[in-house]
Amino acid sequence: MTDRSSKSTKTLLWLQSGGCGGCSLSLFGAEAPDLLSSFEAANIELLWHPSLSLETGQQVLDLIEAIRSGQQKLDILCLEGSVINGPDGTGAYHLMAGTGGKPMRDIISELAIHASQVVAIGSCAAYGGITAAGENEVEATGLSFDGNKPGGLLGGDYRSDLELPVINIPGCPIHPDWVTETLAHLSSDQMKAQDLDAFGRPLSMAGSLVHHGCSRNEFYEYKASAERLADLGCMMENLGCKGTQAAGDCNSRPWNGSGSCITGGYPCIACTEPGFEEPGHSFAETPKIAGIPVGLPTDMPKAWFVALASLSKAATPKRLSENATAERVIFTHNRVPVGEGSKPDKKPSSPAPLFGIARRKDRS
Amino acid sequence: MSRLIIGPFNRVEGDLEVKLDMKEGRVEEARVVSPLYRGFERILKGKDPQDALVYAPRICGICSVSQSTAAAYALAGLEGVSTPLNGQRASNMILATENIADHLTHFYLFFMPDFTRETYGSEPWYAGIAKRFQAIKGEATQDFLPARAELLHITGILAGKWPHTLAIQPGGTTRSIQANEQARLKSILFTFRRFLERYLFGADLEEISSLSSYEALEAWLAAKGPDHSDFSRFLAISRTLDLAKAGRSCDRFMSYGVYPQGEEQTPLFAQGIVMDEQALPLDSAAIAEDVSHAWMVSDEPRHPSDGQTIPDPGMQDGYSWCKAPRLNGQTMETGALSRQLIDGHPLIRDCVARSGGNVENRVLARLLEVAILVPHMQAWSESLDLGEPFRHHGKGLPDGQSVGLVEAARGSLGHWLSVKNGVIENYQIIAPTTWNFSPRDGQGLPGPLEQALVGAGLREGEVDPVSVQHIVRSYDPCMVCTVH
Repeated sequence: MTDRSSKSTKTLLWLQSGGCGGCSLSLFGAEAPDLLSSFEAANIELLWHPSLSLETGQQVLDLIEAIRSGQQKLDILCLEGSVINGPDGTGAYHLMAGTGGKPMRDIISELAIHASQVVAIGSCAAYGGITAAGENEVEATGLSFDGNKPGGLLGGDYRSDLELPVINIPGCPIHPDWVTETLAHLSSDQMKAQDLDAFGRPLSMAGSLVHHGCSRNEFYEYKASAERLADLGCMMENLGCKGTQAAGDCNSRPWNGSGSCITGGYPCIACTEPGFEEPGHSFAETPKIAGIPVGLPTDMPKAWFVALASLSKAATPKRLSENATAERVIFTHNRVPVGEGSKPDKKPSSPAPLFGIARRKDRS
Repeated sequence: MSRLIIGPFNRVEGDLEVKLDMKEGRVEEARVVSPLYRGFERILKGKDPQDALVYAPRICGICSVSQSTAAAYALAGLEGVSTPLNGQRASNMILATENIADHLTHFYLFFMPDFTRETYGSEPWYAGIAKRFQAIKGEATQDFLPARAELLHITGILAGKWPHTLAIQPGGTTRSIQANEQARLKSILFTFRRFLERYLFGADLEEISSLSSYEALEAWLAAKGPDHSDFSRFLAISRTLDLAKAGRSCDRFMSYGVYPQGEEQTPLFAQGIVMDEQALPLDSAAIAEDVSHAWMVSDEPRHPSDGQTIPDPGMQDGYSWCKAPRLNGQTMETGALSRQLIDGHPLIRDCVARSGGNVENRVLARLLEVAILVPHMQAWSESLDLGEPFRHHGKGLPDGQSVGLVEAARGSLGHWLSVKNGVIENYQIIAPTTWNFSPRDGQGLPGPLEQALVGAGLREGEVDPVSVQHIVRSYDPCMVCTVH
């Protein structure tokens, strides 16, 4: 057996404020290993988590007091959900239960001072997130960002005892691995500032774009576009997909076994990016100027993108243009309609609809 | 009279505080406080109605699919689009997956650990229960978490991910699966069923779902013994602690009905209400939300189609962000117990006839529902016809009003939508825990949990009554949905 006592245990406290709890619920789906094994393996001792711990009421208030007074060491403070400052800066929209009316925001900032490292779990805690949508009447912010601007509860200048900014694990929700791997990295004392991007996001996930590994990449290459949700084609041109602009490895690291938003048939809404909650257009529609999508890949000259796109569109194989607006594959790569694969030498003179639903013009 | 304030009340979804006035060691009056307000109904105003499918699920990370489903039903109603059978079956499977994951998250992570509290340290059953259900370190958690994660693979196949999918749309789902994925769905359900039959029930699911009376349940427990399975462990503890006498509330039950099946869209679990021991149809026009004790600008009780949400933390009589929904001016209990009672399951009918709505019956109904649902999920996965569509597309949303009613794990969830000039003019949501954990109304009538807590007593040597923990958690509250 490995002697784990030789390594120092890291204590972790998990708090929730203006959010939905979905990051915790997603995290409980961690696999190979499960969440609790993953914490144990990383020498992380959970002081308290709202959904997992036995302690309730006064016992929790006592724990918070022990941290505040320095009796209890706190290595990692995780916040899930945004910081709520409203209305009018009072924080009254979230008073911590059992405290006789103390804003949760104040508890978070008091504990942050005592924590060796603060970690934002999910886009709400990182930037304000969905809770900051609309007019943001509840004055939701992140821990060290307010949308895409440095600020928030602890300020953009926050540096931990480890000389790190707030570590922002974004997502709505987070992928469980993003959290377990980041916390294990942190717990090993190996994490450095250069492991994070400009938004404090771990490069292990933010170093990729959601587009990387997209199962619809061939459609993207030829600009063979889906027209309606459920179609198989690329969702960038018409359906608002932001996979080419959003941080994340969602298409190379499956969700819930085998999924991702895109394999699920709906667009990436860039939930790992600040401000995703107010895109300025309907989520599943691509805003266009003169027929050209507004949100093109950020690091490519627009004129080149448009030129390449028109070229590739002109060269699109029929197989792709037909499949793009179908709900399941009509033609396989050898141009044989699905279902006729046993006769590979048969040359289809015109694409035959299968299942009676396949092609757009055949649909009502 | 002394006052006890319990908070943060954890192992519930979201934030909760419970205020108790104690007299001679018993709860005399209870007030339930939802301390977090986020304002989703106001966020939704002025948005593209389709964007409700992005915002509404994010009200709640544990009932996310239920929120999607209610929003999709409301939009489909407005658009007049029907759902093909595949879409119906796939939607049902996604919702059932969430429902079952929630029921068992409640049982294993939220509810059972309370029996490992120190106050029970001298009970003869304590050691075994603590070993199995201890929070974080218990054996059951280690068995349950991987099973839950694998069950959620169903959402990876049918919905991209969980929580917060956009796969559930008006007219069906966005993911047409292939034969290999259908095979995988079946194997996931097979494996999950084995988990249930090995650990939770120690018996075939049909053996559990066919228990038809309280006596039959007693006989089953007597034959198996208390250490037979997690189900029998719960039943045995419940008997020794008399949990069938704890947490009785208004005994008026409501279900919107759920899991439409076939061309007729007949719900698997029926819609209706039960009051005064009579089964009656639901009249959703008789729903009104009262804000007299909420931190909301004062107003008459309003039907949600005409409802409004204007927060005001300075309201004198307010003590919660939760509004008080009433049906014909009366409190209603909602959840798995209501659902199975209204659907007429003989075991639940018998149990409620004997002891009403209480801690034991609420937990029993939840586990029973798991045993009923999994075989239906197996049938839905078998009946997916891979040559047929999963989604019908509508012709665009007109202006108008619509409603989406569904059952979340915790009970009746409704979305009331008004669209004007192509954008959302009003969006009102009443979630299950809004019903169960509502504050008092203008008549001074306490909410269902507030009624259920009255009379809860202290065990010897207790300051902080553990019975309150059991009663509160028996509802499996979701506080983030409650206020939204």
